[in-house]
Amino acid sequence: MSEAVQSATATPLLLVEDLSVSFRTDRGTVRAVDSVNLHVDAGETLAIVGESGSGKSVTAMSLMRLVGDNGTVDSKRVLFDGIDLGALSEAQMRKVRGNRIAMIFQEPMSSLNPVLTIGKQVAEPMVLHQGLSWREARRRAVTLLQRVSIPDPEDRLDSYPHHFSGGMRQRVMIAMALACDPKLIIADEPTTALDVTVQAQILALLKDLTRETGAAQILITHDLGVVARYADRVAVMYGGRVVETAPAHELYANPQHPYTQGLMASVPSLDGDPGKRLQTIPGQPPDLANLPPGCAFAPRCPYARDECRQAPPPLEPIAPQHLRACYGYE
Amino acid sequence: MQAFIIRRVLALIPTLIFASLIVFVSMRLIPGDVIDQMMAQNDVATSADRARVEASLGLDQPMYIQYFRWVGGILRGDLGNSLWQNTPVTRQLAETLPITFELGLLALIVALTVAIPIGIYSAMRQDTAGDYIARSFSLLMLAIPSFWLGTLVMVFPSVWWRWSPPLEYTPFFENPIANLSHMIVPAILLGLALSAVTMRMTRTMMLEVLRQDYIRTARAKGLAENLVIARHALRNGLIPVVTLIGLQAPLLIGGAVILEQIFVVPGMGLLLLEAVFARDYPVISGIFLVTGVAILLINLLVDLTYGFLDPKVRY
Repeated sequence: MSEAVQSATATPLLLVEDLSVSFRTDRGTVRAVDSVNLHVDAGETLAIVGESGSGKSVTAMSLMRLVGDNGTVDSKRVLFDGIDLGALSEAQMRKVRGNRIAMIFQEPMSSLNPVLTIGKQVAEPMVLHQGLSWREARRRAVTLLQRVSIPDPEDRLDSYPHHFSGGMRQRVMIAMALACDPKLIIADEPTTALDVTVQAQILALLKDLTRETGAAQILITHDLGVVARYADRVAVMYGGRVVETAPAHELYANPQHPYTQGLMASVPSLDGDPGKRLQTIPGQPPDLANLPPGCAFAPRCPYARDECRQAPPPLEPIAPQHLRACYGYE
Repeated sequence: MQAFIIRRVLALIPTLIFASLIVFVSMRLIPGDVIDQMMAQNDVATSADRARVEASLGLDQPMYIQYFRWVGGILRGDLGNSLWQNTPVTRQLAETLPITFELGLLALIVALTVAIPIGIYSAMRQDTAGDYIARSFSLLMLAIPSFWLGTLVMVFPSVWWRWSPPLEYTPFFENPIANLSHMIVPAILLGLALSAVTMRMTRTMMLEVLRQDYIRTARAKGLAENLVIARHALRNGLIPVVTLIGLQAPLLIGGAVILEQIFVVPGMGLLLLEAVFARDYPVISGIFLVTGVAILLINLLVDLTYGFLDPKVRY
């Protein structure tokens, strides 16, 4: 399967093979991510789409190996820029975090430390990874804040997060992520907590900056509108697995997995019939502690057959660059 | 900031007036007064004698007059004389207060150096054996009264090793080492009692802080865990701990009364105990007044510390 994925480019920046993450909980072991295969090419934006609990955020955190003490990450390999992240020691992994791979989180309100100045927080990765002095790092922080369009950056260095609005804080988070010129930026629902107008600004900023620096981006979102505008390729996740992946335009034009089709149908459209009711996918998202043996979507799928309830379908190419995990329906 | 301090100091005044009333009245409600004690000691029992002594000490006046005389004295910096020794209360306080202050400060240092590292350790190793041991230790310290522990420390080493803690007080500036070797044992006992709650609070707050999003951000930056704790978690976690320390200040003073008695530390606590037994009203009132002011000042200090720890608080 990975050959099919790799056929597009020689070596992707990030290649994830057979990534699984499980958590020990009071209700037993929860398999949040199950045999996920992904790749991200240099400079491209891959969107990971799915509803809450589909495993998209956990996938991102597990790439950074930050899933916490009760989580276990398993993978055949996670190849980033030629290094297998899974084989690195914790100390080596720390040199990757915030340096080669940076993250932006969902909650700009709580993701910045309330007792440290913006300048200190933006400068910190440069002191840590590039061995700069605090003074030098602060000087560079001004440039970074300028790049994310924070007005009067020099004066804002000594401000605290509570002096900023949500959108401004997310800009600070982006500046922090860019500090060490990472090759990959993982943005975990970066705009979910923001006003709609601010959302567009932040996403456009991210897009511009990644284009400028050549960094690749993993954009985690549940918003298909965001995907259409900002992603090059899309991976759709459901019940901890990737069920379909394709270039963004291809996925919109030609969704092949019944879940993706359901998602597309449930997006309201401006030029549709105003009296038309919104489509929904019947049923509930799966319980990760109690997944069905077959396809996780089978209980909600209008085309489900016996075969679908036996074993999960593998992710297989159905067109160049277009893969889906489905036994087919016609 | 200055305006804030002035406001706070002015706000102390009504509190102090109220506290002084409580002290003044409650002391006179204790059965048996100072005259009874004096008479018992001198074997004189005629009511004429009693009236004479009462008049000479001003105790024949109605209670409110006694109160206003006392308050008037305070305003002139005069806390009255001891009824027994005829020395000014202010002089007695000046002699004993620094000793108790030293004991309290040492105890606080002990408490913080024990409580904060253990609290942090416990939070980082939540639900491991180390955490359980630390938490059991703090429960034990909460449960054991320091007078009992103090007695054990006095008795058992002398039985086992024919050694007991030194009981002779030497002023700090005369011989710091002799002074500290005397003070350290009661300071440790007092400090451990104080550390129990502080440790649990530190642990709880660190656990709370370690779950925050900004800690995840710090880890995603590639910071090692010790830097995550030191730079990102500790200051946030300590804000409520500081409040707790302020709230525990009265406990510290209460503990000092008992431990000074056991270890013969000639501080304010020992003076208070003797004064209560002797119904020496001016001394008792003076000590309570000083204690009250001290506690209010500690709380002012706590509030000012917030401004330093939490940038959202500005005065």
